[in-house]
Amino acid sequence: MQPFRTVTGIAAPLLRANIDTDMIIPVQRLVGASRDGLGPYGFERFRYLADGSDNPEFPLNRKAFRTAPILLAGENFGCGSSREGAVWTLMGMGLRCVIAPSFGDIFHNNCFQNGLLPVRLPEALIRRIAEAVEASPGNARVTVDLERQEVITPWGEAVPFAVDARKKQAMLEGLDEIALTKQRAEEIAAWQARDRAARPWAWDSVS
Amino acid sequence: MARTLFDKIWDSHVVADLGEGWSLLHIDRVLLHDLSGARALREVAERGHALARPDLVFATPDHAVSTAPGRTAETFAGGAATLHGLRQRARETGIRLFDLGQPGNGIVHVMAPELAIVLPGLTLVCGDSHTCTNGGVGALAFGVGASELTHVLATQTLMQRRPRNLRLRYEGRLGAGVTAKDMILAAIGRYGTAAGTGFAVEYAGSAVRALPLEARLTLCNLSIEMGAKMGMVAPDDTSFEYLAGRRFAPRGAQWEAALAAWRALPSDPDAHFDVEHSLDASAIAPQITWGNSPEQVVAVTDPVPQPRHAGDRAALDYMGLEAGRPIAGTKVDWVFIGSCTNSRLSDLREAAAVLGARRVAPGVTAWVVPGSEQVKRDAEAEGLHARFQAAGFEWREPGCSLCVAANGETVPSGARCVSTSNRNFVGRQGTGARTHLASPAMAAAAALTGAIADVRSLG
Repeated sequence: MQPFRTVTGIAAPLLRANIDTDMIIPVQRLVGASRDGLGPYGFERFRYLADGSDNPEFPLNRKAFRTAPILLAGENFGCGSSREGAVWTLMGMGLRCVIAPSFGDIFHNNCFQNGLLPVRLPEALIRRIAEAVEASPGNARVTVDLERQEVITPWGEAVPFAVDARKKQAMLEGLDEIALTKQRAEEIAAWQARDRAARPWAWDSVS
Repeated sequence: MARTLFDKIWDSHVVADLGEGWSLLHIDRVLLHDLSGARALREVAERGHALARPDLVFATPDHAVSTAPGRTAETFAGGAATLHGLRQRARETGIRLFDLGQPGNGIVHVMAPELAIVLPGLTLVCGDSHTCTNGGVGALAFGVGASELTHVLATQTLMQRRPRNLRLRYEGRLGAGVTAKDMILAAIGRYGTAAGTGFAVEYAGSAVRALPLEARLTLCNLSIEMGAKMGMVAPDDTSFEYLAGRRFAPRGAQWEAALAAWRALPSDPDAHFDVEHSLDASAIAPQITWGNSPEQVVAVTDPVPQPRHAGDRAALDYMGLEAGRPIAGTKVDWVFIGSCTNSRLSDLREAAAVLGARRVAPGVTAWVVPGSEQVKRDAEAEGLHARFQAAGFEWREPGCSLCVAANGETVPSGARCVSTSNRNFVGRQGTGARTHLASPAMAAAAALTGAIADVRSLG
């Protein structure tokens, strides 16, 4: 996993609510695909016109926002399918952080597995940041600092955000959770032995 | 201390308490499908791990396989390499693979309860958000992403933060023509697509107790559409009768021991739920979605609602609907009966019961995609396929098909489809396709009339 400490840059507004992972990456793009190289297909149903050219209406196509590392989003961002390809796609587009009022549960977990930081802020504040960004496209910068758990708005205010302590640590260090869990192999084996004695039906029925 | 069904299963699976609400949980069963499963098996191998417990892992191709009659692994060329990869990894690792055409093959959340791979009180994961379906038998089942799935395959455990408890009660009797699909769509319409985020949902109340097991699977299937990655129904005699004798169900003395354990699972009478909701089941009418989120849903007797915000306006525009007009009577081009929501034998019976001597309306393409090889064989044994075919439906091979459109099967751009699946997202059934979610009976009614119709008015 790619560690995350802090990011500073342009924040691109995409404030529509309920952006689902099908919108982020259509499933057809994930059949047989590798996790790299998905970026060009991100939001493709909205980003491109029928002839394949850029849709000028789509916010992330605007020159000021094309290289934004931060996405400002609406509520329930990343709802729907569990496809981790949605996270790989956003990272492939150069994003490192999504700021939204709320996230789909599975997407939120998937972000932390890859080093894309999901930050929850109140909707009104996200709208204010979006207005500041729109007032000065390409210039208004946002900083997201995971260690300090702060978002620095374009007008210089430091706004605190909450993040699960365990996930924060894993993200700062880019921890390998499998290696961590494998250190508990004896505990897992002991649990399994106890459970097999207590619930033989849960094991023998498939063994 | 009084505990919920969820609490009991969670607590009994904690291998290690990691602090601050986190636990290392044992995972009793893993389901793999061709898309997420083949990738995760490859990832485990590439990262130098072995499968922790191949005997607890079950695979079936469903997403990227054609459902055309007579299909093979190559019929949908785009998915062939993925399927071959899954077959090879299954051979190498010794996991059970239920391949195309074999009994046990099918949509992963249809075959798992059907084979009793999932049992009450077990924990189960799959790289698929609709894994919550399996909670209908009284298990703790949830969808995970690729990284978490890899973790489970390598360790048989998963680090999880404990969700809160939400209970959704349905009291009273369902009216004629109203199904579990309508129950859950009505709840999502009332409480919204994020109401369950961060919660494990237990469905309870007299109307839930009265549901057959397959209908409980339908109810739990849409938990994720309410934001909850876990949904469950307490096991009872209905569950036990369903599971008894199935392929991986315990037998003999172990069945008796399992029954004793399962009877202790339901939530204690004074168990605490962080949030409680209650709905009057008798007041629920057949539901139909009008927008691009499952919360954009109305009773079929209602008009298309007035937009409340930009999202509603965008949905009306995409769906080609006009606010204020009755939704019934809207012309339909396609009908899809299938998916992990509504493709079981009882669903197909419900749809077939609507047909009578009528035929699919001219200009409508109507598909029935049974959820599993077993469902297909059972349906054919009782002649359902012949009734669908006589009415003008296509009878196809099992798979996810038009629910996720990952296999080259799509609804054409601009076409309107009444679908028994679970997501009406923009482009879900194909670029530009317009999806209306409904029950199998409502889908059949739409096919016969060529328009969105109240199944109760068909007679």
